Amino acid sequence: MSSQPLSIVMDERKGEPADLIPILQRVQAAHGYLAQESIGAISRHLKISENEIYGVATFYAQFRFTKPGEHRIRVCLGTACHVNGGEQILDVFMRRLDVRPGEATADGKYQLDRVACLGCCALAPVLAVDERIYGQSSVLQVQALLGEAERP
Amino acid sequence: MRTLDDARSRALRAWSALQNNTRPLLYVGAGSCGLAAGAAEVLEAAERYLDAKRLRADILKVGCIGPCYLEPLVDVQMPGRPRISYSNIAPKHVPDLLDSFFEKDEVFTRHLVGHLGSDGCDGVPRFFDHPMLAGQVRIVLRNCGLIDPANVDHYLARDGYRALERCLALSWKDVLEIVKTSGLRGRGGAGFPTWRKWLVCRETACGERFLICNADEGDPGAFMNRSLIEGDPHAVLEGMLIAAYTIGASRGFVYIRAEYPLAIERLRTAIGQMRELGVLGERILGSDFSFDIKIKEGAGAFVCGEETALIASIEGRRGMPRTRPPFPAVEGLWGKPTIINNVETLGTLPHIVRNGAEWYSQYGTETSKGTKTFSLVGKVRRTGLIEVPLGTPLRRVIYDVGGGVIKDFKAVQTGGPSGGCLGAEFLDSAVDYETLAAAGSIMGSGGLIVLDSNTCIVDTARYFLDFTQVESCGKCVPCRVGTRHLVGILDRITHGHGEIEDLDRLERLAHAVKGGSLCGLGQTAPNPVLTSLKYFRGEFLAHILEKRCPAAVCRDLVVYRIIEDKCTGCQRCVQVCPTGAITGPRSEPHNLDMNKCIKCRSCYEICRFDAIAGDAIVIESGA
Repeated sequence: MSSQPLSIVMDERKGEPADLIPILQRVQAAHGYLAQESIGAISRHLKISENEIYGVATFYAQFRFTKPGEHRIRVCLGTACHVNGGEQILDVFMRRLDVRPGEATADGKYQLDRVACLGCCALAPVLAVDERIYGQSSVLQVQALLGEAERP
Repeated sequence: MRTLDDARSRALRAWSALQNNTRPLLYVGAGSCGLAAGAAEVLEAAERYLDAKRLRADILKVGCIGPCYLEPLVDVQMPGRPRISYSNIAPKHVPDLLDSFFEKDEVFTRHLVGHLGSDGCDGVPRFFDHPMLAGQVRIVLRNCGLIDPANVDHYLARDGYRALERCLALSWKDVLEIVKTSGLRGRGGAGFPTWRKWLVCRETACGERFLICNADEGDPGAFMNRSLIEGDPHAVLEGMLIAAYTIGASRGFVYIRAEYPLAIERLRTAIGQMRELGVLGERILGSDFSFDIKIKEGAGAFVCGEETALIASIEGRRGMPRTRPPFPAVEGLWGKPTIINNVETLGTLPHIVRNGAEWYSQYGTETSKGTKTFSLVGKVRRTGLIEVPLGTPLRRVIYDVGGGVIKDFKAVQTGGPSGGCLGAEFLDSAVDYETLAAAGSIMGSGGLIVLDSNTCIVDTARYFLDFTQVESCGKCVPCRVGTRHLVGILDRITHGHGEIEDLDRLERLAHAVKGGSLCGLGQTAPNPVLTSLKYFRGEFLAHILEKRCPAAVCRDLVVYRIIEDKCTGCQRCVQVCPTGAITGPRSEPHNLDMNKCIKCRSCYEICRFDAIAGDAIVIESGA
């Protein structure tokens, strides 16, 4: 994960209110999440109160405020995935990794997220590990995936 | 700067060289869905094969051609032969497929879908005669899967930016007239006539106007916009130029979901190419028309599909809707007149301008003109992206194009979380704005989710309400609190704790939410409950009175059972069961202890799909 200094991320933006969301997106892309110090720095840069920034950031599903796990697992629960058994895919991850959606595993290795739709509905149920999308997944495939990942 | 004419003649030469290739050419469907099905691995396998055999071939990555269930699709075009398409290609199939062409000079016959040439190819059917494609009319999707979306030459060679040239030779009023005569209505869901919205904007006196392309495709289960942008980004961008010219906008934005990284990349590439061609920026193609486009990545909020919420989000605020009027066409982004059009609406414009309004309006019905793309998914045999004339009966869409339902047809869900579940009595209804609205559903942006007898209607309604409850922005109390209570009641019913009075409560509450909400999200959120109560009341009653889920979906109301006669005693289920609920020695029927079972489905899946297992485990209704 890049530890690009915050100032560089923000210098590219002029500092208008409309830049708030793009700045939040860039900071999160660089740091993985929005730390309290980042929000403070953005607040000074844009001259918008921290309260207001949190108000905007918490409104959108994209932003997170805790350090995410190293690998991001996204389980799609769009309609097509739901009717094809997506919940049970999520359940296996929750059980095997001992986390709830939105949390990272204790060792910081995995982040589990449920998402509304990855847009590959024709291949439901769908899940993604980092940027790799898996179509027509199954409980058994997840167990195999986790088995492989756990092997040293 | 090279002129557009020069660029086009060069593009035509390049395109013609591609059609009359002297070197073998491979096409790989590499849209998001193709990649999810494993296209990247297939691509690697093909490269490895070519390297090992020291063969030379060109590989072209194309967008989604529609039948996603056939992905990964690989097409082979040998010199002097038409392009021949193969489906469900895994890396292990690649050597056989390529050996056949490269070594034996024979058409590979397994996995064959059809050829895409203009002349015949002996023994090979035409690709577009495939049953999923034969019933379609492809206007918006015309280029998808056929061209390399990252290569502007391909777009130019297929009449790209000719519509822009035509517009620039006309007055804005003439262009508006064309769009009006074509009968085009907004493809985002509401179906408002595109020209009328444009006229309001144009007639509002102001020095600056904005155009926004709404690509915040939030409806879970719909991916038409993603596919179109990934497969043919220039069509959408040319549409933006046409709209901007007509309404007199100088700046445009594409508001797109961050969950669509490939579509965003395609747009960035295309916008750069437009600048080089001189079709974006100051004084486009030497005219007085100047226009620029910026990409704005959405941060994940379903409500931002609503126009005023989307504007708030671009302005850097919480995406909460406001009261209308004033409508955005009068007072929108930063208080300036703003038009927000859906991706598909914009993507349709170049075709209308190029071919004429009458040509477009020959498709469709009296009030719903043209074609519409749908993402046909769920329990249907052929899933994918389709385009049919408006007014096509549901039966033709689901059975002819979609190849029918996996088990028994139960319902089709249109319009996503804002739409409704329509049962078998609607199969002969036409898919158009008015018919769907009369049935209590909506057209929406084009999600068609087919539900079969293995789908529980109550669970599906709960799913949608859970979605809208989470996505409600919280501004209006009836929506914020009402959706939460609706989910609570539906939860209770799916867990087997419902009471008969709940049905009345659901209905009353649903009407309160509809009537007391400011924006489309709240006004339509109860539609899934209301339509399923109206058309599938029996299923609600089974859950409440008999504590039974007829589809065997609701987890508290199902049991897992091993059929003794079928069980081969292979122990595969014993190995995968996470709680040790299944026991039994090898070669003897196993025993399942429901007290330990957590209903995770592992045993059911392995028993169905493992070669040595006997498909002996069933999930059935019962407590």
